[in-house]
Amino acid sequence: MMLAGSLLGLALAFGWLSLFAVGGAAAAIPEIHRLAVDVNHWMTDTQFADAYAISQLSPGPNVLIVSLVGYKVAGILGALVATVAMCGPTAALAFTVSRILHHAGNSPWPALIQKALVPVSIGLMAASGLVIAMTADRTIVSAGVTIVAAWVAFATRLNPLWLLVAGGCLGFIGLT
Amino acid sequence: MPPDSQPATVVVPDSRTAAAPGLLELFIAFAKMSLAGFGGVLVFARRAIVDRYRWMTADEFNETFALCHFLPGPNIVNLAVVFGSRIRGMAGSVAAFTGLIAPPFLIVTALAMIYARYGDVPVLRRILDGVSCAAAGLLLAVTLRMMLPLLKRRDPVALVFLVAVFIAVGLLRWPLPQVLLVAVPSSIAVAWLGRNRVSP
Repeated sequence: MMLAGSLLGLALAFGWLSLFAVGGAAAAIPEIHRLAVDVNHWMTDTQFADAYAISQLSPGPNVLIVSLVGYKVAGILGALVATVAMCGPTAALAFTVSRILHHAGNSPWPALIQKALVPVSIGLMAASGLVIAMTADRTIVSAGVTIVAAWVAFATRLNPLWLLVAGGCLGFIGLT
Repeated sequence: MPPDSQPATVVVPDSRTAAAPGLLELFIAFAKMSLAGFGGVLVFARRAIVDRYRWMTADEFNETFALCHFLPGPNIVNLAVVFGSRIRGMAGSVAAFTGLIAPPFLIVTALAMIYARYGDVPVLRRILDGVSCAAAGLLLAVTLRMMLPLLKRRDPVALVFLVAVFIAVGLLRWPLPQVLLVAVPSSIAVAWLGRNRVSP
């Protein structure tokens, strides 16, 4: 009964959220954090930062952070339900819309809507960056690591995985 | 990380495309892209679909991605579904979707189990803290990269929307649906008005 309740909660939360995930999974981070940490108390700030770190360390789409949230709430079933809820409704929508557009010819609206969504989704990405930085950086030094990592990633074409590894090494020696 | 969300830039002049793949081929191709995709799958998806298998031309890929980018939900998941559907209908969608999601889902779930068990071990704790700091930096860098074209165009209206959404969601931590229900219609309205001003 408890399990069923948790699974239903996950399904509703992520199914609803996915419909507002404009600009992809990375732009939905603030809302995922709000739901998982502030509203439902499924996890702490640190656990959320860890979940984000683990999702970046593993291959595959960024959306899999919701699998980690789901696992924390209700184990493997929770991970499955959260992932399907986050991907399923919008996948069905994409399927339907692509079918309709395929037959409807060239409408100016997709391009117009896309143009209008660009600043909104970048604003959301910036908010994601802030939320992740606030949960991850608890000291001046760790904030410094974030800034240096941001600069290196911005200025060079280094594979992001190396920066994560470097961050892990700094953490290992106790710097962050 | 979110090269998932970056617009397409690579142009391959070759317009030939290969024969349409079968369901198993679709599943395996998307599984491979997904497992190669550390820090975002889009780059790998483009490379595989356009360059390696030649299932789509660069233009077709860009057009498909544009559609997936303006729809809500994880872009790359939408891309897999739309691509699969254009190749093999509903079954193709399911094959591409499960190929993209299932293998990395198993990996992430395995990591979640390890974390649930050993997440409090001090060494692991320190390493994860370090990785988190770097991951935050990567996200900020991607955001900055996406912001550059907007800054270069000096489009004040777009910047107003960007900053307003950032403040509402990032600083005030207002719920996303409410913010979007105001921001998206007004941004579309402004884009529509702007279009009329230019085109007559």
